[in-house]
Amino acid sequence: MKFSLSWLKEHLGGDADLVAVTETLTRVGLEVEHVDDKAGELSAFVVGHILEANRHPNADKLQVCMVDVGRGAPLQVVCGAPNARAGLKVVFAAPGTVIPASGVKLGASEIRGVPSAGMLCSSRELGLGDEHDGIMELPEGSPVGRPFAPFVGLDDPVIEIAVTPNRPDCLGVHGVARDLHAAEIGELRDPLTAVIRGEFPCPVNVRFDFGDTEPLSPFFALRMVRGVKNGQSPEWLRRRLKSIGSKPINALVDVTNYLAFDRARPLHVFDAAKVRGDLVVRRGRAGETLAALDGKTYALDETMCVIADDSGVLSIAGVIGGAATGCDETTTDVLIESALWDPLAIARTGRALNVNTDARHRFERGVDPEFALPGLNVATQFILDFCGGAPSEVATAGEVPARDLIIDFPISEVTRLTGLAVTPAEVKTPLSMLGFWVTGVGDRLKVSVPSWRPDVEGKADLVEEVIRIVGLDRVEAKPLPAMTSAAGARLGIVQRRARNARRTLAARGLVEAVTWSFVSKAQAEAFGGGAAELALANPISAELSDMRPSLLPALIAAAQRNADRASSDVALFEVGQTFLSDRPEDQRMAAAGVRRGTAKARGAGRHWGEATLPVDAFDAKGDALAVLAALGLAAGAVQIAQGSAPSWFHPGRSAALQLGPKLILGAFGELHPRTLQALGVSGPLVGFELTLDALPQPRAKPTRAKPPFEGSALQPLNRDFAFIVGREVPAAELIRAALATDRKLVTEVTLFDRYEGPGVPEGKVSLAIAVTLQPREKTLTDAEIEAIAEKIVAHVTKATGATLRG
Amino acid sequence: MTDIDHLNALEADVLAAVEAAVDEAALEAVRVAALGKKGSVSEKMKTLGGMDPEQRKIVGPALNALRDRVTEALTAKKTALADAALDARLKAETLDVSLPLRESGLETGRIHPVSQVTDELIAIFSAMGFSVAEGPDIETDDLNFTKLNFPVGHPAREMHDTFFLPQKENGERLLLRTHTSPVQIRTMQDKAPPIRVICPGRTYRFDMDQTHTPMFHQVEGLVIDRDANLGQLKWVLEEFLKTFFEVPSVELRFRPSFFPFTEPSMEVDVRCRKLANEIRIGEGDDWLEILGCGMVHPNVLRNCGLDPDAWQGFAWGMGIDRIAMLKYGMPDLRDLFAADARWLSHYGFRPLDVPSLAGGLSS
Repeated sequence: MKFSLSWLKEHLGGDADLVAVTETLTRVGLEVEHVDDKAGELSAFVVGHILEANRHPNADKLQVCMVDVGRGAPLQVVCGAPNARAGLKVVFAAPGTVIPASGVKLGASEIRGVPSAGMLCSSRELGLGDEHDGIMELPEGSPVGRPFAPFVGLDDPVIEIAVTPNRPDCLGVHGVARDLHAAEIGELRDPLTAVIRGEFPCPVNVRFDFGDTEPLSPFFALRMVRGVKNGQSPEWLRRRLKSIGSKPINALVDVTNYLAFDRARPLHVFDAAKVRGDLVVRRGRAGETLAALDGKTYALDETMCVIADDSGVLSIAGVIGGAATGCDETTTDVLIESALWDPLAIARTGRALNVNTDARHRFERGVDPEFALPGLNVATQFILDFCGGAPSEVATAGEVPARDLIIDFPISEVTRLTGLAVTPAEVKTPLSMLGFWVTGVGDRLKVSVPSWRPDVEGKADLVEEVIRIVGLDRVEAKPLPAMTSAAGARLGIVQRRARNARRTLAARGLVEAVTWSFVSKAQAEAFGGGAAELALANPISAELSDMRPSLLPALIAAAQRNADRASSDVALFEVGQTFLSDRPEDQRMAAAGVRRGTAKARGAGRHWGEATLPVDAFDAKGDALAVLAALGLAAGAVQIAQGSAPSWFHPGRSAALQLGPKLILGAFGELHPRTLQALGVSGPLVGFELTLDALPQPRAKPTRAKPPFEGSALQPLNRDFAFIVGREVPAAELIRAALATDRKLVTEVTLFDRYEGPGVPEGKVSLAIAVTLQPREKTLTDAEIEAIAEKIVAHVTKATGATLRG
Repeated sequence: MTDIDHLNALEADVLAAVEAAVDEAALEAVRVAALGKKGSVSEKMKTLGGMDPEQRKIVGPALNALRDRVTEALTAKKTALADAALDARLKAETLDVSLPLRESGLETGRIHPVSQVTDELIAIFSAMGFSVAEGPDIETDDLNFTKLNFPVGHPAREMHDTFFLPQKENGERLLLRTHTSPVQIRTMQDKAPPIRVICPGRTYRFDMDQTHTPMFHQVEGLVIDRDANLGQLKWVLEEFLKTFFEVPSVELRFRPSFFPFTEPSMEVDVRCRKLANEIRIGEGDDWLEILGCGMVHPNVLRNCGLDPDAWQGFAWGMGIDRIAMLKYGMPDLRDLFAADARWLSHYGFRPLDVPSLAGGLSS
């Protein structure tokens, strides 16, 4: 919403200046977005008078001017403009002035050997236009030495405010002035227009025809002015429209536009000569179209409200008029429409047709119903003033709906919600000045809401009205009382898991990424997703179309993007939501990571101290197990189910991580070559993904105390064993078997060597383990040690088919 | 030659031999030759028995003293030889310790700024007694709009360009939440007041340009109590901003504004100084819009089964990405979601930099 200061002042008495106005606007909730104050910006540029203009001794195209700038002796200024001549009033900039167009600070200079004490400016240099063939020529009467801007009509700053959707009344200058009046920086002026009596019945009638459907208009008023002469509107009106970027067209149209901005009252004018028969306000019909004033043709339907005559649709109600009945200089009889429309229908129509007009903007937010007829009256007066003619009586259809809302308002409500103690006067005065009708004594007021404030419905709205005028800055900050107890975690279990997972993965050298929650359909499908219910109806692009079933596709794509930028060894992770279905309980918190190239857990890239190896499934396994360990699940507790990972993993180099057959925590491994191919990425690439919600709830424990520490005084002893075992036997099984031999005595089993090749039969591997025995009560005798060693071998052999390597 | 002369000659010979020994083996040979069972000194000792008492009285002590001196010389020489040997070994044992190590994960791993700032928020608000509530990203129209007092078809809904999921057979159309406010509704529906929660999370709007991304992060706060008022809201926000931006004081400007779910509604500006590459909060002459807030609208309370005359409260919301960018000087929102490892390494946080109030939030 834009208006100039002088325009505002027509509605607001008093001498509030630009600063007072803009500060107050923002303070009461009409946020000033921009002020275009040319006079203020250009106040350093003054009127100069060229007394003499002579050829520059050293340059053909330059002149040396003697300029009277209103103080001291005339100044010598070198000027290159062809129109510089004696007697001309010009814009003078003294040294030290910043030239708006270039941002350059002017210095005293010497041009081709002649000193120059300033500059004569072109309109382009001043940021006022494109003219740069010569310097600006000011009106002859401009007073020398004074700022020039007011003498070329630049003394009217234009203010742009942001009007929130709840304040349709402030989409007109008058409404803005009312808020400023309530803030006590000026009197609200309400220029009353005497009610104009019609001189004859309106020759065109209007009726509603909504049939059995919901009416889309409660009220429609129409008046003819006969015998107008439609030309340019007066200069003041044209200037106002131009100041806010609205193009003047002709007097009849300008009047309707002006009242939209001035009083938030959109109107429409029809050239009566082009209207056939009476007007009907009805729903549009499928197949109907309208060639509108903006040069476009719109297809209509039954959700839209139209104004039609015998020939068809003339106008899309409240949105845009038709070109065929528009007013031009040939118009002699004009029909003025002032109507009320269903705001929802206007919004729907405007959105469907993608038309943004000032009328739509106001109607969909809600115009003042009680100003429909006065607005028509003001418009009629303007038209009579500008174009002459004779007014008809007003033809109407429907009725102006009444909204007699009276709110019981205890003054204490202000204090209750804001904490600020206010006097009854501080409540009553601003409300009255805003146009509310306030009655009642003591604490209990009755407040009647004016017709232009559809946003005010109850007590809280009135508190806002009071506090925004009284001043939010008067509300003092008061400490929130301390909570009665600090006990209890502030984070839920999954939130804590997510936090732990993040820090753990980062500590392993992975870098956290935050990727979009949506991926492409192909990516979703490659990772078990792509369900129709999770595909956005209106994706922002085909790459971001489906809610992600997994964090991996985006991480893999990101790894590839980094590789394409020559960072081929990246380790990325994300902790975030994934979606199995559109139900809330199917939104999961996942943690996933990928490692690419040589980005292994112990470091990326080549190093002098060790061989450079590509990432492998064990790097991903380490990441996954580290997260689980951080979340309280020891590596030994987690089952590594080889071959059970989802299909996007390499079948032979991956595993699911589970707690029992049903409780799957996630998976890790190399990515399936076909998956990588489908995503258009290259490896080596490994990854893991865990579902943090899947972990079992920790058992409630009565105490945080840990089990007592048992440090045996007896030396533990180590025995090494090497087994020959089938290649298909998981090493973990062998370790488990050794451990299970004697759970008291065997405290640790470490696999320290794995060999296959010459010396070991085909299809077999040699696995060497170190077993730690911890005697509990007494040192073991050689015989006892021998016995347990034999037991271990027997146990392992039975469980895995292994034989002790000879 | 007297016995003493003999001893002196013997001592000179042995000491010369000690001095001449080049390594520990040679020295051992000297020791054996002198002090061994058949060593020259030992042999002399054996002769003491055959001497008359007078002679023994003279030679005995002299011989003992000689043996002590030889032993001492041997020990000293042994130490010198060992030192020399060690020096020689050490000389050969240099290591170029300037060789670079691999950086550990603690050095190369990073926490994303959004996660870090979320942890900062949690540290601050948990100290004020707030819990952290979360809700689903896929929401119903009812929880995202209707319960929050957005009238059906009201232009305010246009302010939220919403992502929708496909319409179901029953006509229901789920959407991606446009703000975290549905979590406030869920909290009020599930939990009896008094309530103090913050709701951080992902939110979605149909928008993609230099300053908008289709997904972003918001945090909202909600306090419901018997007397929660605007003054307390001001205090909470001042304390939060001061703590978050780690400045001794902040100055806030509350401007009346409009949100369907609060009444009165306000936007909050914070005093700042805008510099070329950063914004300094708490000083300067500029204002920066930083968040929206207000008293919870009575309709919203009613929609959640709370009597607006018995319970009241305030709420606020702001962009996590935005305050992260402001605090840590990240210029472009889109970079936050680009997963560029170089950017993440630069703007990310070390794994053990866990925000805490005791530690001054950021380290």
